[in-house]
Amino acid sequence: MSAIPLSTRRAARLYTPPATLAGKLHDAGYLILRRITQVGVLLLFFGTLHWGWQVMGQPVLRGNLSASELLGVIPLADPFAVLQQLASGHALQATVLLGAAILLVFYALAGRVFCSWVCPMNMVTDLAGWLRGKFDLNNLFRLQRGTRYWVMGMALVLSALMGVAAFEWVSPISMLHREIIFGVGMGLSAALGIFIFDLLILKHGWCGHLCPLGAFYGLLGNAALLRVRFDDSSCTHCGECVRVCPEPQVLNFKKAAESGMVTAGACTNCARCVPICPEDSLDFALRWDAHPSPGASQPRTPNSTVRNTP
Amino acid sequence: MQASRREFLTKAAQGAAVAACGGLIWAQLLRQEAAASVLALRPPGALAERDFAATCIKCGQCVQACPYDTLRLARAEDDAPIGTPHFVPRDIPCYMCSDIPCQVACPTGALSPELKNIAKARMGLAVIDTESCLSWQGLRCEVCYRVCPVKGEAITIENRSRVVSKHALFVPHVHSQACTGCGMCEDACPTEKAAIRVLNPALVQGRIGSHYRLGWLSDTPITQDFKPPEAPPAVGPAVTEPSAPKTAPGMDVLNQGIDP
Ligand code: SF4
Ligand code: SF4
Ligand code: SF4
Ligand code: SF4
Repeated sequence: MSAIPLSTRRAARLYTPPATLAGKLHDAGYLILRRITQVGVLLLFFGTLHWGWQVMGQPVLRGNLSASELLGVIPLADPFAVLQQLASGHALQATVLLGAAILLVFYALAGRVFCSWVCPMNMVTDLAGWLRGKFDLNNLFRLQRGTRYWVMGMALVLSALMGVAAFEWVSPISMLHREIIFGVGMGLSAALGIFIFDLLILKHGWCGHLCPLGAFYGLLGNAALLRVRFDDSSCTHCGECVRVCPEPQVLNFKKAAESGMVTAGACTNCARCVPICPEDSLDFALRWDAHPSPGASQPRTPNSTVRNTP
Repeated sequence: MQASRREFLTKAAQGAAVAACGGLIWAQLLRQEAAASVLALRPPGALAERDFAATCIKCGQCVQACPYDTLRLARAEDDAPIGTPHFVPRDIPCYMCSDIPCQVACPTGALSPELKNIAKARMGLAVIDTESCLSWQGLRCEVCYRVCPVKGEAITIENRSRVVSKHALFVPHVHSQACTGCGMCEDACPTEKAAIRVLNPALVQGRIGSHYRLGWLSDTPITQDFKPPEAPPAVGPAVTEPSAPKTAPGMDVLNQGIDP
């Protein structure tokens, strides 16, 4: 294996937004798909509850994101909520355990896709992040991205101490989807709180630093089969991907070159980085289709300054 | 070296302090949010309130399964903690479906699968405000009695005689051993505000306590615990004991169940 000499690495060029509508739509493809799944999941719940949607005489999707039943047979449940309930020292019925196991396996294979493809709060935090970029706002304080793992741990400890699911009871995410589907109230204020926090106080503050549910799926995501594949030989280290990534610390070029993919579980598989890469160095692939690049063992310095925003 | 060590320790202590503060605020928030509500009426088969709060995942599948739209996920302004299923009988009571679809839909067991017979459900207990109950005023209402799905057991109509010149009252009585708390009586009660209401039994039921002995109800004589001291062995000529009465004087009235 021979290292790619620095001199042969092409000069960095930045992303140029396509001029044509077709090109714009193409580049926004994953974003549009994500909004479709996010809204679609909520719509299935809503339609089943309010308009009695059925398939073959069975309710399409009954319940909400905490626990549900798909097509009248397949139980689904939020594994982190169930984990908290178990930590609170209460036995649960097999149905919800099976539902949690199904989603646990799914997210362990697909990665942290809950955050970018399902969670309704993502639309709120994405909007805040987008506006923040427009107005170029400063952070009020700094926070370690690892804080969320402590919050997650504390959710489990408090569940055990207080005898109720500690995060589930105060979760702004659950309040939001319960509000949207069942109209119970408080959801919009919860979303507004998160929005203001993300917009004015800390960039990617909630999803990137605090949310214990995201932390849980991030831990699961370490095992994921579905990955953002990285082609080191064409990458110019222009840093455009890092600029748009909501979890920029996961795009570590050295590590990505070594394994041929983004390995960190915190990556939400949102695919913002894929269309923005001017060299097409990034795409989705299964773990075993990603290969370490030949020059990976050779340490290199980036060509351009990477604007890494923690 | 020394300085970096101190810095590390300070950082660690600060981190721990932040965690402790956060934990305390969080716990306080939980105490408010998840505070067991004595006023909430839960779907049939619901576990005891504390266990219910911990086991219910607030998915609303019971709400969706109820064919009468009885159940609702509590809103912020309701008596139950937000997001938990409950019902308000005066709006829509539980019609006691024999197949208990709400309980069947529950994935967590917060509505216990051990409830097989809806008549065994104990969602609450009907309580009568005798001061506004029409029957207690002397009218022949008895609506609650007629709508009660366990009529004759959960509600009975008792004859209550008054002074000679007045006609007798026919008044409803609720019996806790049969009332399911379905609330059909509360829903049907014709008074402006329901004179019969379903409440959490814990809120209205007393307990006699084991130190009171209703001697006339028990099978054993009231003196069962009293053992006379062993008589000393008889010396001298045997004396025939005078036969003691079987019950204490004055007990007969009670034993015969006659209300004086
Ligand atoms: S980090 Fe939390 S709020 Fe953000 S998308 Fe993931 S689960 Fe939703
Ligand atoms: S028993 Fe029937 S009416 Fe009563 S709450 Fe359950 S589903 Fe609704
Ligand atoms: S179905 Fe069970 S877990 Fe879901 S809201 Fe009703 S009681 Fe709670
Ligand atoms: S709540 Fe009323 S109607 Fe229902 S069982 Fe009790 S007494 Fe009868």
